[in-house]
Amino acid sequence: MSRPEDTLPPDLHYNDTEARKYTTSSRIQNIQASMTHRALELLSLPSPSLILDIGCGSGLSGEILSSIPPSDGGPHIWVGMDISASMLDIALQRDVEGDLMLADIGQGVPFRAGSFDAAVSISAIQWLCNAESTEVSSSGRLTRFFNGLYVSLKRGGRAVCQFYPKNDQQRTMISGAAIKAGFGAGILEDDPGTKNAKLYLVLTVGGAAVDGATGDITGVVKGMDDVDVLDARRKHREKGRREVKKGSKAWILGKKEQMERKGKVVKNSSKYTGRKRKITF
Amino acid sequence: MKVLTLNFLTCAVKACKSSTSSFPLHPKECELVSDSIVPNPALLTNILPRVDWSALITISTELGFPTLPPTAPTIEELQSDEKMMAELHTLLLETQISEGSLVCGNCGHEYKIKEGIANFLLPNHLV
Ligand SMILES: C[S@@+](CC[C@H](N)C(=O)[O-])C[C@H]1O[C@@H](n2cnc3c(N)ncnc32)[C@H](O)[C@@H]1O
Repeated sequence: MSRPEDTLPPDLHYNDTEARKYTTSSRIQNIQASMTHRALELLSLPSPSLILDIGCGSGLSGEILSSIPPSDGGPHIWVGMDISASMLDIALQRDVEGDLMLADIGQGVPFRAGSFDAAVSISAIQWLCNAESTEVSSSGRLTRFFNGLYVSLKRGGRAVCQFYPKNDQQRTMISGAAIKAGFGAGILEDDPGTKNAKLYLVLTVGGAAVDGATGDITGVVKGMDDVDVLDARRKHREKGRREVKKGSKAWILGKKEQMERKGKVVKNSSKYTGRKRKITF
Repeated sequence: MKVLTLNFLTCAVKACKSSTSSFPLHPKECELVSDSIVPNPALLTNILPRVDWSALITISTELGFPTLPPTAPTIEELQSDEKMMAELHTLLLETQISEGSLVCGNCGHEYKIKEGIANFLLPNHLV
């Protein structure tokens, strides 16, 4: 079967007809609901939280977030981002409780630092592997997305993204971009090897990202089968540290990136960044 | 869009990342609706420390609401004050912008809101 991701950009694929077909299919409703419950289990939120739903579509994932009873730590409130006006239109008609935004996650996540307790994304982020135009690369879009997501989550926050990579290359491309943004990352696979196999990218902010140990991500997925803990971040960091000379342009850019991730206001970088300025009188 | 969400949104334009005046976005010609939502004190207590109080004062003044106290209540104050809990619930969660726009104080970009949905799509050169 051909993948819709390979055929059209998401806002064109999810037009009025497809959005309706998608949302009214009871098979799809059930699958999306069960994956959202699984994602919530991995987030293990102890109390009512503010959640970002990435690629929220018509709200099949979001409505689960609003429906969690107090005995299970809910109900949560959520903000959903989606690029398809048709999908959001159906969400409106279905009167979902979350706030909706028409936005392209490949352009970033426009929230101030530490806004959300957690983020979920169900069946959406593989779309980022297909660049919409020649103007922007898919790796640039993935970077902007994960950098923005990292900033917008509170320290100690988590994100769980269920996704359908086309192949191993896409899987690595996505998890690699998350790690580079500073996340502790692991991939959990449910029903591996079957046609119902589901991949969850589990991301953590803080803790591990500070001291370079993979402590908290292994904590999240401890005792689970078929977990692939990714610790490339550590290697990446150490390598970076050894090679960069203090005060050099690369060092300054690294520092700025670090500050930006913490949500600090940082001057834009230019070709002049890190250059010696002439003394003028 | 809830006032709470507006308290977290920033301008999406790349050049505005380095500017402090890109937050909060300023509501312009906004129509408001009130949506009745089941009170969730545990949620408010969780969220309160993350609310940017001075931005909330700006936003609520611009929306034409009575002035808020100059500083945020502490969690203890909130929990022991039913009236404040109810007022914050109304302001942050039940008050919603249905039509209008949000304007960046730095670059002037206007994000339109229609039927409660804000449009944050940008032309590529601004990203
Ligand atoms: C399979 S649907 C899943 C929707 C919802 N999460 C659910 O579980 O039903 C994938 C969604 O991702 C959205 N999407 C794809 N690329 C996107 C992008 N770059 N920015 C925002 N949303 C995107 C699509 O518009 C679509 O609504």
